[in-house]
Amino acid sequence: MPWVVMAVALPFAGMLLALPLGRHAHRLAWAVLPSGLAVSVLLVVQVWRGGETVAYAIGGFAPPLGIALRADGLSALLVLTTALVVCATGLFALAEFRPPSAEREARASVLFWPLLFALWGALNAAFLGGDLFNLYVALELLTLAAVPLVSLEGKPETFAAALRYLLFALLGSVLYLVGVALLYGAYGTLDIALLAGAARSEPAAWAAGALMTAGLLAKTALFPLHLWLPPAHAGAPAAASAVLSGLVVKASFYLLVRLWFDALPAVAHPEAATLLAALGTAAILFGSVLALRQERLKLAVAYSTMAQLGYLFLMFPLTGGPTEAQPWSAGAWNGGILHAISHAFAKSAMFLAAGLILEAVGHDRIAGLGGIGRALPMTVFAFGLAGLSLMGLPPSGGFIAKWLLVTTALASGQWWWAVPMLAGGLLAAGYVFRVLNPALAGADEPVALRRPVPRRRQAIPLVLALLSVLLGLLPLGPYRLLWVGRPTAAEEGLG
Amino acid sequence: MTDAATLYGLCGAALVGIGLYGLIVQAPLLRKILAFNLIGSGVFLLLGAIAERAAPGRGDPVPHALIITGIVVALSATALAVALLLRLAGATGRSTLSPEPPPPAPGERNGG
Repeated sequence: MPWVVMAVALPFAGMLLALPLGRHAHRLAWAVLPSGLAVSVLLVVQVWRGGETVAYAIGGFAPPLGIALRADGLSALLVLTTALVVCATGLFALAEFRPPSAEREARASVLFWPLLFALWGALNAAFLGGDLFNLYVALELLTLAAVPLVSLEGKPETFAAALRYLLFALLGSVLYLVGVALLYGAYGTLDIALLAGAARSEPAAWAAGALMTAGLLAKTALFPLHLWLPPAHAGAPAAASAVLSGLVVKASFYLLVRLWFDALPAVAHPEAATLLAALGTAAILFGSVLALRQERLKLAVAYSTMAQLGYLFLMFPLTGGPTEAQPWSAGAWNGGILHAISHAFAKSAMFLAAGLILEAVGHDRIAGLGGIGRALPMTVFAFGLAGLSLMGLPPSGGFIAKWLLVTTALASGQWWWAVPMLAGGLLAAGYVFRVLNPALAGADEPVALRRPVPRRRQAIPLVLALLSVLLGLLPLGPYRLLWVGRPTAAEEGLG
Repeated sequence: MTDAATLYGLCGAALVGIGLYGLIVQAPLLRKILAFNLIGSGVFLLLGAIAERAAPGRGDPVPHALIITGIVVALSATALAVALLLRLAGATGRSTLSPEPPPPAPGERNGG
């Protein structure tokens, strides 16, 4: 079976079915979520067993005329991560978006499911697409699915947040499209593998690379293009925030990695990589400080996303380099990818936990959450475990990722990149403990719960948080998979 | 003397520039949405010029296909943006992103 195709087709089929089902769309989740997860696992097994990139030419038309879907180790891992996070979020949302529900707009429960399935399909299309224009379409589908999720609950302030998100995303994708047009004009192909052979370091490719990078940065919310992220991610319902913060912003980052490491490594310049990492550094410091200063839990978690996204961009100058300088030649590559994955699990766990707290207490002001640990122990434990990964404490996926990045920075003599990473870890400890400390310390009067939260729902963020920690305990598995089809630039460095 | 493809390309670039300016400078959201469409049209002109340059006289069909797909995407995005704007205006009565209405520019009615 071409699992590559199924991974894209199945969620979209779910979306199309969910629309006519209307009020009964949530029942479809029981079919789409497990089968989508199964397809993702089978795809990973196929890539792992085969040990090479799985390619599929749609309709039997080979590139450059046709469009290829490709799954290497990186795509397969991200597809699996997406499936796990989407399934957990879907299970979490089953209790929430199911009509009839007195507190929510009936429309929200009907619309959530097709949007979630569309988001899943678009993410898989972005992770598996082998053609730059096809990736543009996947990114746009992702935007069109993600933006309505922000304003799903129909609160007035979320419309402004959704519109700001949409405008940033549209500007980002149109800049990306200009780059695509320039690349096609210069080389006559948009297939990533064919472009890698054709692209040379010349003005057309520089302009295209710069425009596409700027567009993707706007979509990834890298400092200083982060303005849309906190209100959008904090205003969305918890289940939507979890996928938006954990997965959606990673798709545009993934495209950036594909663009530079796979399609245009010949065009890349070390100065550009330094600029990206400098912006990432600013994002780490600025985002962490802002997260520390927030009064509302969901906003603090959203600013923490902005900070954690900054780490990803340190991959660009740190990856590769002369092998004698660093014993583990692709350390930063592995570290960056692992960080993206462990952050996906940790952040979705954190948003779901924050959502449960908001639901149980009726507000999410950090100052008013004293003693919540006694009322919702599982949820607060999940929040703490996820925080472990964000801080980069062992044993967690975040620890291994940051350790790989920091050791690469030191081994390759670029120690200055290690400083913001360590500072970011300290600041993350600050904003996590700012929540955990009052939550665990017994307040004189423990916070009163507006309504009880069933343990079944509390278990979901806990499972996600455990996954982000477990990633640190079995690090060798993902690495072998990551090696499948890894671009040479991941070992040799950019520029 | 420049050929038609170059002229089209330059027009496209100018449209992208005007749209980008509008998107950043104009506060009313409807104008921002229109500015985005202007950028889109500029990119489509650019793609048309590329098609002409790749196969003079006949036109390369691949950029044409990209234009059609791009138009569909831009249309859906515009529809979503306008729908959100209508909900925002209905819920809050404002048509800009900032909470306070901006001071009206001279010779300009309330935008949006």
